[in-house]
Amino acid sequence: MDLRDLYQDIIVDHNRSPRNFRRIDNATRMAQGYNPLCGDKLVIYITLKDGAISDVSFQGEGCAISTASASLMTEVLKGKTEAEAEALFDNMHRLLTEDAHGVDVDELGKLAALEGVRAYPTRVKCATLCWHTLQAALEEVDEPVTTE
Amino acid sequence: MSAPHSATSANGVPTLDVARLREDFPILGQQINGRPLVYLDNAATSQKPVAVIDAIARYYREDNSNVHRGVHALSERATAAYEAARETVRGFLNAASSKEIIFTRGTTEAINLVAQAWGRSTLQPGDEVLITHMEHHSNIVPWQMVCEQTGATLRVAPINERGEVIMDEFERLLGERTKLVAVGHVSNALGTINPVARMIELAHAHEALALVDGAQATPHMVVDVQALGADFYALSGHKMFGPTGIGVLYGREALLDAMPPWQGGGDMIKAVSFEGTLYSDLPYKFEAGTPHIAGGVGLGAAVDYLAGVGREAIAAYEAELLAYTEARLQEVDGLRLIGTAENKAAVASFVLEGVHAHDLGTIVDHHGVAIRAGHHCAMPVMEFFGVAATSRASLAFYNTREEIDALVTALQDAQRIFG
Repeated sequence: MDLRDLYQDIIVDHNRSPRNFRRIDNATRMAQGYNPLCGDKLVIYITLKDGAISDVSFQGEGCAISTASASLMTEVLKGKTEAEAEALFDNMHRLLTEDAHGVDVDELGKLAALEGVRAYPTRVKCATLCWHTLQAALEEVDEPVTTE
Repeated sequence: MSAPHSATSANGVPTLDVARLREDFPILGQQINGRPLVYLDNAATSQKPVAVIDAIARYYREDNSNVHRGVHALSERATAAYEAARETVRGFLNAASSKEIIFTRGTTEAINLVAQAWGRSTLQPGDEVLITHMEHHSNIVPWQMVCEQTGATLRVAPINERGEVIMDEFERLLGERTKLVAVGHVSNALGTINPVARMIELAHAHEALALVDGAQATPHMVVDVQALGADFYALSGHKMFGPTGIGVLYGREALLDAMPPWQGGGDMIKAVSFEGTLYSDLPYKFEAGTPHIAGGVGLGAAVDYLAGVGREAIAAYEAELLAYTEARLQEVDGLRLIGTAENKAAVASFVLEGVHAHDLGTIVDHHGVAIRAGHHCAMPVMEFFGVAATSRASLAFYNTREEIDALVTALQDAQRIFG
C-alpha cells in the first residue's frame, strides 16, 4: 500500500486549510469530541433550519486524518437533512471499517478520499471522531464523545 | 554467552560490538513494509534477547511448578530458580539483602504498593508528598489517590524549558510537612536524568523518605540503591530486556518491615485462622498469590545478560548515539526537540512543524521505523511544552547510527508528503 493512498492530495489540502474552521455563535446544536489517548479534540457547531443543516463548522486540534475528515464532513453536510446526515455517517462508517463493497461511493463524493484509512486500523478512530461528534450534536448529547 | 560483547578501546572507554549484539535479538532481523525494522520505541518496551526467551521457555519446559509450596522436585527447582532471580536482582541494584527485593507486576504496581502500604498507614492530613512536573502518570496518580484517602497534599516541583527540575524550587517545596519525595530517575517523555542522589539527600535532610521511579534508568545505567541512598526504588522488567508482567520494588528492610501488607492471600501468610492471620516475613509479606515465576526467571536472565554486555559500555555507547541522534534530528527543518536537559539518557522527543505526531508515526512506520507518538503517559509535561503530543525516538544499545539515518530519511519523507 502506498502512503499516498492514505495521504491523498485532498486530505493534505484540507489538513493545511481546513474548511468551515470557525465557531458558530448562535449554533442550535453543538457537541465535543475527545480522544484522550491521542489528544484529538474537536467541537462541532450546527445551525438547523427547517429540519436541514443550514450551517455547520468545527474547531479543534488533531492529526491530518482527523482534521481533514472533519473539514470534508462540514463541506458535504450543508443543506442535508438530519436523516440524510445519518445515512452519510452510516455509509462513511462502512467505508472505513468494512469491505468497500456495497458502499455508495458516489453518494459519499469527496468523502471517499478517506477510504485509504481502512488499511490503518489504528487510525480509523481519527477519521470517525467528527462523525460521532456530529451524531452527538444532532442527538443533543452533553457529554464529550470518544472513538477510542 | 560464548564471547564478551564489549572490549576496551585505546582510551579506556568500553566499546560494544553492536552488530554481534543485534544477533542476540531475533525480532530485530525482520522486515516491516519491505524495509528492515528500525526499533526506536525502547522506552515503551525493549526487545528480548535469546537468553531471556530461552530462560522462560526452559523454565516452562523443565521446571514449571508452584513456588514455596510443594516438597516435590519440580517445586524445589521452581523455588530455587525464582529465588536465584531475586538474588540476581539484589546484586543488580546492590541492595543489602534479598529481603529488600519485592517482585511486582512492574513499576506501576511497585509505586502503588508504597502508596497504599506505606502511604495509607502513615500519611496524615496536612502531610505532603512531593513529586516533579515531569513524572510519568504512574508516579502521579498513585499519590493523588493516597492523598485523597488520607487528606495529605500533593506538591509538584516545577521544571524549566529544558525539561530539568528547578532545584531551588524543589528545595523550597521541601519542609517539615514533606513525608515523601517521589521522583523519576530518568524521564520517559524527555530523557532528563534527574539528580536523584542530591534530591534524596535533600529529602533526608528534611526527614522525608525518597522513592525513585527507575523504570527508564535501569536499561541504560548502573544503579546502586545504597550509593543513592534511596528508600524505595521501582523498576520494570520489560523496559530492561526482560519480560512484561514482572517488576521490582526495592525498599529498605526496616521500612518494609514496619509497613503493613498490601494485598492479602496465599504466600504472604505464616498462619491463617478466622480469628486472625500471621503475616510472612520479607519479602513474601508483599507477594500475595502465586507470583509470575517465569517472569522472575526471565528478569534474572535479563540482568545476567546486561551484566555480560557491560552496563558502563552501554551507557557510553548510548551517550554517543544520543548525541548523534540529536545532531541529525536538528538537521531537519522545522523540528523542535522537546527536552534538552544537560544530562539526558536515550530519549529524543520532538515535534515537527506541520506534521502531527500521529501522522508522523504512520509515515515512519512505512519506512519500517517504530517510534512512539502521543503524550507518553506524561500529560503535564505535554501541557508545559504547549503540545498535545510529541514523537519520541527512544534508544537501546542495539540501535545504530544507520537506524537513526533511516529515521531522518523517514521524517523528510513526511515533510515531502505534507510539504
